Amino acid sequence: MQVQTSWISRWAVPLLVVAGFAVAWAIPRYQLINPYYELILMYVGINIMLTVSLNLVNGYMGEFSVGHAGFMAVGAYVASVLTMRVIPWDMAGYLYPLALIGGGIGAGVVALLVAIPSFRTRGDYLALVTLALNMIVKSVIENIDAVGGPRGFLVMLRLTNLPWVYVWVIVTLWVIRNFIYSNAGRGVLAIREDEVAAELIGVRTREVKLRAFIISAFFAGVAGGLYAHLLQFIHPRNFDILKSTEILIMVYLGGIGSMMGSVLGASIFTVLLEALRFMGVWRMALAPLLLVVLMILRPTGIMGLKEWRGLIPLDERLRLWRLRARKGGSASAAGN
Amino acid sequence: MEFWLQQTLNALQLGSIYALIALGYTMVYGILRLINFAHGDIFMVGAFVGLAGALWLGLPMVPTLLFTMACTALLGVTIERLAYKPLRNAPRVSAVITALGIGIFLEHFVLGTVGAEPRAFPALIAGGRFDLPGGLTVNSVQILIIGVSVVLMLGLDWFIRGTLTGMAMRAISWDRSVVPLMGINVDRIISLTFAIGSALAAAGGVLFGQAYPIIDPYMGILIGWKAFIAAVVGGIGNIRGAMLGGYILGMTEIYVAAVLPSTYRDFVAFTLLLLLLVFRPTGILGRVQAQKV
Repeated sequence: MQVQTSWISRWAVPLLVVAGFAVAWAIPRYQLINPYYELILMYVGINIMLTVSLNLVNGYMGEFSVGHAGFMAVGAYVASVLTMRVIPWDMAGYLYPLALIGGGIGAGVVALLVAIPSFRTRGDYLALVTLALNMIVKSVIENIDAVGGPRGFLVMLRLTNLPWVYVWVIVTLWVIRNFIYSNAGRGVLAIREDEVAAELIGVRTREVKLRAFIISAFFAGVAGGLYAHLLQFIHPRNFDILKSTEILIMVYLGGIGSMMGSVLGASIFTVLLEALRFMGVWRMALAPLLLVVLMILRPTGIMGLKEWRGLIPLDERLRLWRLRARKGGSASAAGN
Repeated sequence: MEFWLQQTLNALQLGSIYALIALGYTMVYGILRLINFAHGDIFMVGAFVGLAGALWLGLPMVPTLLFTMACTALLGVTIERLAYKPLRNAPRVSAVITALGIGIFLEHFVLGTVGAEPRAFPALIAGGRFDLPGGLTVNSVQILIIGVSVVLMLGLDWFIRGTLTGMAMRAISWDRSVVPLMGINVDRIISLTFAIGSALAAAGGVLFGQAYPIIDPYMGILIGWKAFIAAVVGGIGNIRGAMLGGYILGMTEIYVAAVLPSTYRDFVAFTLLLLLLVFRPTGILGRVQAQKV
């Protein structure tokens, strides 16, 4: 049975992406909004990258990684060293994406260190491994004098702007979406449901885990690079456990196993913290209380394993439609 | 040799505090399979309650300790009732995230009420040095910390293994679904677990204030996470494992700092613990659970 797809369902998302880029390009070019709001938009974008990439490991694969800021730190420092020390200054503007990718690769290499113990341990023990990795990364940076050690590292070039953040957010969403709906991605979901059963039906669990960890860490590293070139001063304390905790909260606020959830979770949390800034210290007391209330009322987060249709690949949507048509509309086909 | 024995005394002092906190992690984990990430901040609240007791009420050592343990136990039970109990049947991570949220709330609640600057903890016992055979010296704070911790831990060990309530706790950690059939009130046991865990962390907070007399609202984060690591190294869910893990972590940190510059302490200590976990994934005393297919 041939399923007809409407023009809208085929082109809506690509058009939205292009329109979004036009807006992201126009805002700094013509100073359409207050620079403060522009800054918040950039933080939202960076947090979306961190949240979606952590959701791949924690939500889709069902592991419990609690040290995501460690990967971010590696990416931030590698990218900053590349733009400040390696790439000539007059070229830095053009080669900036390469520096970010370098940071992502650095974070990916560190992810190997996490992936190997994850072959043997799961759940709460893996939490410990990632936690320790976060502390080790911070401690190592504090002991490298060439990047300022505990004094911090001055990144003199403000290379991050809204169009770049936007492009990287779209790349992150696109790559992770395609990964999840690929063969390896089905393996990731199978590992979440039951690792032993996944292995029995022929999922190469080691390889799949390795890939998921590396992709997740890569985008955390790129986000770290963007963050460094926005803040212009990085410090090991920027990447401590508290930062990891914030990313975790954004993931579970939005809902695990949902990219739209991560986008919403990161946006809401970042904007809420800014909106509460007038409360001073007390905002960080109020925000977690709101989170606790939300968790009690809705334990699976905002989206909770559901996905916005626009983030599901078209042929996957068609497959689900066919499935529903064959079963007479009884099967629920809302993503997942 | 003398140097190392002296360092061992320091390690026992630090390890005692880690062990007291690790016990709370491991008890809650054993019963609820919940990593109570707010526990490090309960330790911090304990230190501040102890400070309030010592400064405002002018209490001496032992009453301060008991007052702090009682107040903090009450806090632990309140948190359990309000925040964790509604999530008993929710996905496990929801409760973990709630715990993280509670931890951040406690940090900033204390920050908002007390202020950000570090506070000095008054000394509650007379200082003194005693010479031991072999040229070692031990001061009164070390005797206090190691003594109080060992008494509390022996008491807990007896309570878990020697009383009916302790037996109920062990039963719940073995299989929670069967225990209500034996006529045991599970909710009461869970609350009691939180009370004991929080009281031990509070004792750790007061003792910490005696040994390292500067306290601030963020101190619970790093020490709490380290105590969690100690609990996992010992085998999470195992009470004696938590005690052992606490002392192992204390020794590793002190010995590393004695040989290398102290900035390498965290790095080397965590790397060693990671390696240990790669070769023994369930911790030292942890039970290997066969995975059923």
